[in-house]
Amino acid sequence: MKDIREILKERILVLDGAMGTMLQRYKFTEADFRGERFKDWPHPLQGNNDLLSLTQPEAIAEVHRKYLEAGADLIETNTFSGTTIAMADYHMEDLVYELNYESAKIAKKVAAEFTEKEPEKPRFVVGSIGPTNKTASMSPDVNDPGFRAISFEELRVAYKQQVEALLDGGSDILMVETIFDTLNAKAALFAIEEVKEERNIDPPIMVSGTITDASGRTLSGQTAEAFLISISHIPVFSVGFNCALGANQLVPHLEVLASKTGHAVSAHPNAGLPNAFGEYDETPEQMAAQIKEYVEKGLVNIVGGCCGTTPEHITAIAQLVEKYDPRTVSTAQ
Amino acid sequence: MTTNNTNIPPAKGQERFLTLSGLEPLVVTPDSNFINVGERTNVAGSRKFLRLIKEEKFEEALDVAREQVEGGAQIIDINMDDGLIDGKEAMVKFLNLVIAEPDIARVPIMIDSSKWDIIEAGLQVVQGKSVVNSISLKEGKDEFVHHAKLIKRYGAAVIVMAFDEVGQADTYDRRIEICKRSYDILVNEVGFPPEDIIFDLNIFPVATGMEEHRRNALDFIEATKWVRENLPYASVSGGVSNVSFSFRGNNPVREAMHSVFLYHAIKAGMNMGIVNPSMLEVYDDIPKDLLEMVEDVILDRRDDATERLLEFADSVVGKAKENKVDLSWREEPLQDRITRALVKGIDQFIIEDVEEARQASNKPIEVIEGHLMIGMNVVGDLFGSGKMFLPQVVKSARVMKKAVAYLLPYIEEEKLLNPQVGDEKGNGKILMATVKGDVHDIGKNIVSVVLACNNYEIVDLGVMVPPEKIIETAIEEKVDVIGLSGLITPSLDEMVHLAKEMERKNFKIPLLIGGATTSKAHTAVKIDPKYSEAVVHVNDASRAVTVVGDLLQKETSAAYKKSIKEDYDAFREKFLNRSQHKTYKTLAEARKNKFQIDWGKAEIVRPKKMGIQVIEDVDLRELLPYVDWTPFFRSWELHGRYPDILKDEVVGEQATELFADVQNMLNDVLANKKLRGKGVFGLFPANTLDNDDDIEVEVGHEKFIFRTLRQQLQRREGVPDYALADFIAPKTSGKEDYIGCFCVTTGFGTEEMAGKYRKDLDDYNSIMIKALSDRLAEAFAEYLHKKVRTEYWGYAADENLDNEALIEEKYKGIRPAPGYPACPDHLEKLTIWEVLKVEERIGVKLTDSLAMWPASSVSGYYFGNAGARYFGLGKIKEDQVRDFAQRKGMDYAEAAKWLAPNIADD
Repeated sequence: MKDIREILKERILVLDGAMGTMLQRYKFTEADFRGERFKDWPHPLQGNNDLLSLTQPEAIAEVHRKYLEAGADLIETNTFSGTTIAMADYHMEDLVYELNYESAKIAKKVAAEFTEKEPEKPRFVVGSIGPTNKTASMSPDVNDPGFRAISFEELRVAYKQQVEALLDGGSDILMVETIFDTLNAKAALFAIEEVKEERNIDPPIMVSGTITDASGRTLSGQTAEAFLISISHIPVFSVGFNCALGANQLVPHLEVLASKTGHAVSAHPNAGLPNAFGEYDETPEQMAAQIKEYVEKGLVNIVGGCCGTTPEHITAIAQLVEKYDPRTVSTAQ
Repeated sequence: MTTNNTNIPPAKGQERFLTLSGLEPLVVTPDSNFINVGERTNVAGSRKFLRLIKEEKFEEALDVAREQVEGGAQIIDINMDDGLIDGKEAMVKFLNLVIAEPDIARVPIMIDSSKWDIIEAGLQVVQGKSVVNSISLKEGKDEFVHHAKLIKRYGAAVIVMAFDEVGQADTYDRRIEICKRSYDILVNEVGFPPEDIIFDLNIFPVATGMEEHRRNALDFIEATKWVRENLPYASVSGGVSNVSFSFRGNNPVREAMHSVFLYHAIKAGMNMGIVNPSMLEVYDDIPKDLLEMVEDVILDRRDDATERLLEFADSVVGKAKENKVDLSWREEPLQDRITRALVKGIDQFIIEDVEEARQASNKPIEVIEGHLMIGMNVVGDLFGSGKMFLPQVVKSARVMKKAVAYLLPYIEEEKLLNPQVGDEKGNGKILMATVKGDVHDIGKNIVSVVLACNNYEIVDLGVMVPPEKIIETAIEEKVDVIGLSGLITPSLDEMVHLAKEMERKNFKIPLLIGGATTSKAHTAVKIDPKYSEAVVHVNDASRAVTVVGDLLQKETSAAYKKSIKEDYDAFREKFLNRSQHKTYKTLAEARKNKFQIDWGKAEIVRPKKMGIQVIEDVDLRELLPYVDWTPFFRSWELHGRYPDILKDEVVGEQATELFADVQNMLNDVLANKKLRGKGVFGLFPANTLDNDDDIEVEVGHEKFIFRTLRQQLQRREGVPDYALADFIAPKTSGKEDYIGCFCVTTGFGTEEMAGKYRKDLDDYNSIMIKALSDRLAEAFAEYLHKKVRTEYWGYAADENLDNEALIEEKYKGIRPAPGYPACPDHLEKLTIWEVLKVEERIGVKLTDSLAMWPASSVSGYYFGNAGARYFGLGKIKEDQVRDFAQRKGMDYAEAAKWLAPNIADD
């Protein structure tokens, strides 16, 4: 299988779209979430999408398959909340290893099927590492700004467990994504560096921050460039932004990244901004038209979708980027 | 595998630049101006910041940080290295608060500490790319590499000090040697990005008169050039004000030196540093003649450069040398002369000036209310704003007292003539006392003097004051505030007791709490709830003035008292919540995890001289090499390590003056044998008993037992739970082991001298002699410990340590003292007294609270085992208190009372 670092120089890579949006289409009930194995679990489980990798593995595989059919080179594991910290909501801390391991295995199996059918377009599994539901450099209590609900050390330990399981399950790439608080990301990257050293491996690492609103800053207050500098100690494969904004609103921030880094740049925006009902209603054509600006300006190497995007969006994006050259990367890792 | 390579891609189409971030980026390019690092948020560099952190005034401490950023600092250096604060906790707490303030957090942080655990704790709470200040090869390559690797993983740049195993680089050759080696290790072995390395090449003073300092500035400048030319992408930094230390007090010359130095260092490639913008002359504005002479010094251009600049310096500023014999101020108007005498602490002419003022006034009292108070207000303002230091204020008070004493007979006379005139009315009356059982009063006396300076009338009841007497005097004298002081832990209980009594007697006046063992936490948790009126913890003299002012001024009083109560309520609640998070082992579990010494292999040396020996009259001169002066300065609220403190930018001048004064006094003490030092010590066979915590000691045919206490706080896995008994072989080992104990004093004569000074209205020297005897007593303990190690016990016959190594406790074996962290139980002193017959042999007594009298005394044990180390007992649980009481044959309640400060609350 061809090295992804080589492919990156040749063309723009396509990342998949939203997992959650697709799972909503199945309208799973509490009983579906529980499956046979967790039917007596003492806490409600509906909404625990990561758990579906254990209770509805076929559905997860089907979503992956649809994105690969749509033309995605990279698919993300169903592990956005796969840490003991995020799983505490469901009292499922002890299942974290298994959730990540099985999720990676499902994705790997589907990806391998496609690579076998179409060897000139190999498919890769991206182990998805979400932000958790706690922030290490912000206080949840406005009256006590010095308070922290979680420490770097707690995050490092939790992330390390997730990373090990994702790799054991067969992830080709790791992606620290939807970064609200750069300190959380630094703990994840710290854990990844430890695992890399212990196992003497060097998987490509993708880092993707989130600019939360029109202020142009992350939730923890950093500008795009400050964010970039804060993670510059890690030899990453790509750096980019995802979520919170639509494709249009991301342009100025991608321009900062593209001009300040020699790494690959990634973007996976939402399907526009949510409407009054909290739904994302940008059509595949609308979204692709905006992403055209990225490729015309040579801003990105990897592009995909976040909240509200579907295989149809990815098809439109894949068909678009095929016609364009990737941004020049000065030093690929 | 390229996991550790450094080829992080540079910004596209650009070179590799040092990039840092807070909420916003800071990119240092060759075109960037000099990067100015703000250093007022450094407890070692800013007295004010240190005070704010110690008092946990984090809001005000944030203002210090904010002012710096607003003033143009592009990076803020944060340092919490001070012996009296928990550096790690303070660093994390302050950084967390800084990060919540976007107007401060926009700039990158420089995490500054000499302790790695503080640096690491800081790195774990900062999201941006910070600078670590600093690492070096001082402790060897392994540690250097280990820390550098972690810094890289946390994502920070690093300042590397030009320092290695041999020492600090002070020549051109040594600077480049160390920098080259550091750089090669970092870049080639650690894979550290070279653009993230900043060298601190050590800026040392020039024009010191020492031949070897002549090239100090030039070597720095040339080494800077070498680094920038030979170590690609690295930056160079330094603290600029050091260069001009020898011209302290002469700002025009210093400012010119800074500008000239920077001009040349920046040209050579220095691109970052700590510069006080208000201490900088514009290079082009320096007068030509001065510029030439300063450049001669900085660039070492002439053999006589220093002499010429010194000569010239005298002409640049007349006031710099005024206290020599310049009496021109005697020509100034009367009020100016009186104010100056008070500010400068000159008592030479005060009587003559006060007499002149008296003759010019209608009534003698007007001289106090007018001339003298105007002068003292200036003193108060200067002190309050950090422009005067405590020793100066105490000297001012001495002048004030002399003036008032001169006027008193006239005032009495006036009263007889005009009896209808009421008494003079000051700002208020304050009762000050060191509580029952405690003999320490340096701090109390200092606070009294400073308050007296601010026109409060002080009723000082002295030391060992029983609570009944405090209550009775407070009622009789109608005082407005009571201030209590104490140094030893049992005094804390006395304070609680007094608060209860005040409540019972329905007092309405505020209570101030101060002294070394007191704390805001203890005051809030234990004292404040017992008294419905205001209770305030005040641990330094300058704060005492504002607190008492706020408490007594009609306009502010009610609101202040209310805010204090609320503050303490909130603090208490927070404190109690916090302490609940700690978990403890049972005593049995802790004993199982005791510190293990392999007694089969341990080397046990039999003391050369067993039994008890008395030192009747030690030669005090022999003790001088063992004196640790740092705490002496601390007792005067001057913070910094001796001898560096003498050159400290902020307090150096004061410290030097104070040091000269104490040396004079010391000479007087030595020449006229004014103090007497006595000591008693003994070395005995001893073994630890089966219960693991008791040490049985054989003194002749008698047996005594030392009871030790064991750590119970749940800590990291693998860390033993210490008790002092762990350092003595257990009986079951079948080996005879040994222990020692001692008491030394240099306090015979102190009280007499202090009393005499007090009678002469000289508080400055009265406080000084006490602080000096305390130092001599500590030195005596150090001296005797060395004698014991090398001669009497002789287990370390070949040790050879200098004083600094002694202060850092690098020797083998320990001498823990009852009442201090390893054995906080004061009761053990009773056993030592019995074993050594201390009172009979050398006359040192124990008070009700087990304080030693005379106060300048030290007592403790000797442990000789190589594994013995100092530790802090920390908090213990009820099970140990019960066990301890049972072992001692004592009531539980009684034991709990003595151990109270160490019992965990829950």
